[in-house]
Parts: sequence; structure tokens; C-alpha cells
Amino acid sequence: MIELFGGHNRWLILLALIVALTLAVYPLPLDWRWWRPEFVVLVVLYWVFTLPDHTSLTLVWLLGLAQDLVEGVPLGQNALALVVVTYIALQSYRRVGNYALWQQACWIFLLVGIAQLTGNWVHSLAGGDISGLQFLYPALTSAILWPLCFLGFEALRHRYRIQ
Amino acid sequence: MFFSIAAVGLILVSLYTDWLDPVRSKLGVIAEPFYWVTNIPERIGDWSDDTFSSRQALQEENEALKSELLILQRKLQQMAALAAENVRLRRLLGSSDMLQDNVLVAELVGVSPNPLSHSVVINKGLSDGVYNGQPVLDAFGLMGQVVEVTPGSSRVLLITDSNHALPVQVNRNGVRAIAEGTGHINRLRLRHVSNTTDIREGDLLVSSGLGDRFPVGYPVAEVEKVVRDPGQAFSTVIARPMARLDRSRHLLLVFGKDRGEGRREPAGEAQSELVPEDGAVGEPADD
Repeated sequence: MIELFGGHNRWLILLALIVALTLAVYPLPLDWRWWRPEFVVLVVLYWVFTLPDHTSLTLVWLLGLAQDLVEGVPLGQNALALVVVTYIALQSYRRVGNYALWQQACWIFLLVGIAQLTGNWVHSLAGGDISGLQFLYPALTSAILWPLCFLGFEALRHRYRIQ
Repeated sequence: MFFSIAAVGLILVSLYTDWLDPVRSKLGVIAEPFYWVTNIPERIGDWSDDTFSSRQALQEENEALKSELLILQRKLQQMAALAAENVRLRRLLGSSDMLQDNVLVAELVGVSPNPLSHSVVINKGLSDGVYNGQPVLDAFGLMGQVVEVTPGSSRVLLITDSNHALPVQVNRNGVRAIAEGTGHINRLRLRHVSNTTDIREGDLLVSSGLGDRFPVGYPVAEVEKVVRDPGQAFSTVIARPMARLDRSRHLLLVFGKDRGEGRREPAGEAQSELVPEDGAVGEPADD
């Protein structure tokens, strides 16, 4: 995530994050819950790719904690996932900027997959049983959603000149 | 680097200790607005149901409720006599009386987004006297227990969560067992049931009260399948929860004997609301 203060119209990023957090806990039927995209990760990744110089890991970490509290998972689970993913995104944003949209989507699949992996790890640490590769479904749906998300945020950014 | 280590540390602390519980219950307040927002469609649905339902539909519902009330009242008449008899018999045996439990009605406002954990969020919290470990029922059976309390809401772990287990007994003969969650919303598994134990398909499992967490005698599950394989040390017993874990929207919080004192009046009021919810109308289960 980005330093939310200073810059131009950055409060819109905060708004996007709040919407993403709401979508992350929106009740879904049990069978669909496996397919829920990782909205928060998507929003964070877009803004890290767009404004990499203003990324603050502290804020990302705090956002992860907020997500843990809202979702009711062990504290730190999403914080770890978001920090790791943001770090990888910061190392790779120069390359990703030159990718085509579908290539970006593949990269998103990997990043969200890594985020899911930490969740899976915490779950098994807590003694839960693991059911195959099901935990990668959100990565798949997130990758499919990425082009839409990217274009939507691009439009938003140009409309409100978020810098 | 520092942040990931801090996060891993936090994960380990919150998984293996309860040091962070007070922090959680304070900070958990920030979760409430999110569940308030995600609950808006429900409330709009309720509101439009209230506002736009036709006179005829209301009359029909009224009729159905009246006939159901009649059936339940007839059962209650018998219950009063039976309860009195039970008290007399228990006195004869020299054992202590069973107390009527106090309950508080709560509404479900959110479900866990994580498909691997079965938990729900309800709209009653610390300010209503809810406490950690409190048993939760719906109109049909035991649902789970409170695992996290914030001032205005609390999180309930369902009995089917793969981290949950509770002591039960077979209603027919009193055989005791442990029912553990499987991670599937309509399946429980009985642990360590030997091949010679008298347990059959269709048996009702009720809470046994051992372990001092759940009150005695609430229906938990119905045995669905018993597989006795002589090659295995224990038989596999699969049961289906009685509570509608994925459907009920109104839940009952049960206050134990020692906990309910402070809240006798509101809890007593709530008792009159003890009626099955939504679609359950019109099945006069006469027995």
C-alpha cells in the first residue's frame, strides 16, 4: 500500500481498500467461498505497481493486521502474506510494467498463490487438515479479475489524478 | 524482513498462547462496521418483507404460527408434568436438580470468509454479557461456542469446524463419545468408538455435559452412517448435525448456572421467543 497522506487524492486508495475489505468478508454460499478473489491483495498490488516509490511496508503490515481482525483469523496471517507479496512486487515492478495484461495476470496468479500459501501454512500449523490444491482457487479467480481491476483503477487514477 | 519476522512472531503467539486475546477483543471493534455493511442486503430484505408482504400472506403466516403455537403448547403441558416428575425422581436419587437454562436471542450478522474455518459472527457481545466459551444453539440443536468477544459482537466457532470437538452421548442408551468436526458443514465424526459399542444409524446424539462447557441434553447430531471394519481398531461413525449450521439466522446464547445471575430479566424475556425460525412452520412432529 501507499503512504496515504500527501500526494494528490490519495484518500481514494483508502476508500478502495475499505471496499476490498468489505468484499473480503461479504457472505457467500459455502461452495463459492473457495472462489472468492483476494480483493485486498489485488488493490495493494495495483498501487504498489503504480506508485512503487511511495510504498510503505508499515502501512501494508498494519492493513494486514486489520484484515486479520476483520476476518477473525490468527493475528499476523494476512500481515505476513501482504508484506511478502508487497516485497516481491517491489522487486519486480519494473518488469511487470512492460508486461501485457495477460502476462500480468499470470504474475498476479503467482503472487496471490504465495499469499494463499501463508494462509494455508497457518491453517495447518493450527492443526487443520489441508484439502489438496483447493487453496489456489482464489489465486485463479484473482488472476482472472486482474485485467478488469487494472483497467478500472487506471481509469480512476487518470480521472482523479491520483499521484 | 523485519515485518515478516514480526508477522510470524504474531502468528505463533496468537496460535499457541492466549496473550493476545484482550488486544483482539479491544481491536475487534474495527470489524463491526464491515459486518454492519455486509449485512445491509439482509436488512433490506427483511424490511421489504415487512413492508411489502400482502395481507393474505400475513394472514396465512398468522394461521400457521397459531397452529404451531398450539402444538408446542400441548407439548409444553406435558413437559411441565415431566419436569416436575424429573425433579421429584432426582430428589429421590439424592442428586441435584437440573436448572432451567437462561437464553438470549442473537442474530447472525456475518460468516467467516475462510472456507477452511467454520465460524459466524453474531450481534451480541461483551455489553450483553456474552463470555468466551459460551454455548450457542439454534432452534434445532447445538451450534457451537463463542471464541471471541468484542463489545458489540462475538465470533462463534461451529461444531463442524475441524478444530472443534465436544462430548456427546447417545440418547437411546447413554453411550458416551467425542464428536469432532470434519470441516464439512453437515458432517461430524465420532472419535474412538470401538467396534462393539452399541450405536446405530438414526441414533440421536445429545450433549453429555462432560467437560463443563456445554449444558446437558441438547440435541447435537443424528448418526448417519456406522462402518464397522474388523481390520480397524475403531469403527467410523458419521453424524449429521441437528442444528441448521448454514441456514439459521437467529441463535440462542445459553447462560450457565453460575453465569446467568446478572442477566436474569432480559434472559427470561428472551425465553418466550424460543420458537423455531423461518421455514420450519407446519410440521406437526407429533410423538
